[in-house]
Amino acid sequence: MSTFSSCNQSSMLHGWSTADPMLLSADEWQALRLSLEVALWSLLWNLPVATAVAWLLVRRRFPGRALLDAFAHLPLVLPPVLTGYLLLVLFGARGPIGGWLQRVFGIHLIFTTAGTVLAVAVMTFPLMVRAIRLTLEGIDAGLEEAARTLGAGPVDRFFSITLPLMLPGILAGAVTAFAAGLGEFGAVITFVSNIPGITRTLPLALYTALQTPNGDATAARLAIISFTLGLVGLVLSEWLSRTLRRQLGRGIA
Amino acid sequence: MLAADVCKQRGDFLCEVAFTSTTPGVTALFGRSGCGKTTTVHMIAGLLRPDRGHIRIDDTVLFDAARGINVPAEERGIGYVFQDSRLFPHLSVRDNLRYGERRARRRPRNLKFTDVVELLGLAALLARRPAGLSGGERQRVAIGRALLAQPRLLLLDEPLASLDGARRGELLPYLEGLRDHFRLPMVYVSHQFEEVLRLAGHVVVMENGRVADQGDVVAVSHSPALRAIVGTESLGAVVEGVAGGADAASGLQEIQVGDGLLLVEAEDLRPGQRMRVQLLARDLILSINAPVGLSVRNSLAGVITRLEADGPKAWLVCTDIGGPRLMVRVTDDARAALALAVGQRVWVLVKAVSLRGHVFSGPASG
Repeated sequence: MSTFSSCNQSSMLHGWSTADPMLLSADEWQALRLSLEVALWSLLWNLPVATAVAWLLVRRRFPGRALLDAFAHLPLVLPPVLTGYLLLVLFGARGPIGGWLQRVFGIHLIFTTAGTVLAVAVMTFPLMVRAIRLTLEGIDAGLEEAARTLGAGPVDRFFSITLPLMLPGILAGAVTAFAAGLGEFGAVITFVSNIPGITRTLPLALYTALQTPNGDATAARLAIISFTLGLVGLVLSEWLSRTLRRQLGRGIA
Repeated sequence: MLAADVCKQRGDFLCEVAFTSTTPGVTALFGRSGCGKTTTVHMIAGLLRPDRGHIRIDDTVLFDAARGINVPAEERGIGYVFQDSRLFPHLSVRDNLRYGERRARRRPRNLKFTDVVELLGLAALLARRPAGLSGGERQRVAIGRALLAQPRLLLLDEPLASLDGARRGELLPYLEGLRDHFRLPMVYVSHQFEEVLRLAGHVVVMENGRVADQGDVVAVSHSPALRAIVGTESLGAVVEGVAGGADAASGLQEIQVGDGLLLVEAEDLRPGQRMRVQLLARDLILSINAPVGLSVRNSLAGVITRLEADGPKAWLVCTDIGGPRLMVRVTDDARAALALAVGQRVWVLVKAVSLRGHVFSGPASG
């Protein structure tokens, strides 16, 4: 924890280079790039996992289903700081998973960009599961039965029928999760701290700017970027799911 | 040949069904909604696992609880036409049709894409999406899709139930064509006796999860089990005969039935074709004298074989007309006035316009 706070302070001491009020400084660009990168990677990790979990929750009955359901949605209701703390406990250098990852694969998660990706992935996971699940619940399981009688095995059925029909939900969920991932704050700062260029994403940069004397212009620019990205994400997600659903002709099926 | 002897408990409902159907030809599962018809075909298709019993097609065992055999649905090679068509909404009609065909590479390809498309009149629909199709079109595509998977048995679960009367009439000839063109065994689930009459050879009457009666259409049309389901108003003996040709004066078709000739309305008949007609008991009139001076075109001479009370005020009079038997519903009053009795010679009268003949080219019955 001492490294954590010293890191935080040292980065604050760096302060912000004065820049043209309309243009982003190098640090701000860095934060934006890092945010996009982190959100994208966490999205890529989440896609298959969230799809699989949503499918399990909707189409399968098994012991522990309610528990899986609860776990998948937990980050939605827990304080993000708590999620970050739990990640620290589990994935920290001496945590049960983190220690193992370090020993076996040499993967460090704490204070790294990879750790940032993990924190964002965990936080946005429920958003994706929910969106995919909603679509899947709307897909008639009878279509999969029909595919069975036409000779399609389980994997074949999933890829030829279920997945294409889930696509609107998956894409909508992905865009929402990506937009939310850009702005994830609490879990990130708790788990991987606030290191410029490594873990300082947009919201962390915004927070830092607010804590810095004369950081107002920076904060304003970062706020506008964050706001715009979030809004575009939401609109895009809505538009995507509507367009896709229409193209798939799902409404009348 | 399909042989099924299966049992399934679902909550309070026990479905226990055993029947064999000869192939090729159509076996109808007939009964009210909720009598276990769909449960039965689900078990045959492999979509529902029976608690006990066995299912075989010819020498292939698809399910045998005792021997622990349960071939998965996707490997059974049984086509299924669902009541709600279940077309894949994200695929065009062509890709829906090809879906099963592509996955049937290991089966002998007896049913060709072009033949199926032609028989079902799908050529104009191929590029379209299911969402833009009418109910009848959707069912035709669903039938074509099931056929192209090259099944060894086709299950049709009330394929007409979701259609209105006119669409139903449009689709029935396609089903007759299916039966006559492809020598494919079919199990046809229905609660409309008219469909059974037109399509089926063998009928399994189901009531409350059990087989109440089974036999050919002619025999089943006399069955008390059937009467319990369709009600006395829709009760009527089915007779089979051979088309003789059009009557020059009336334009009606002559059908040789037993010792007599029946004049019916029917289209596109060729002499010698086998016909099936249902004569509703309430439409028939009995006469104890040879009729003279009546507008009725059909009079069939016969002998009363049985009198059966049908409620407090009516009787069912079973009459043998030289082989085939008819059922006539008369009031108690009429029975007394005519002093009807077993062994009596009578004439059965029926208006030609109340009859419609159906060409039936399946295996002979009756």
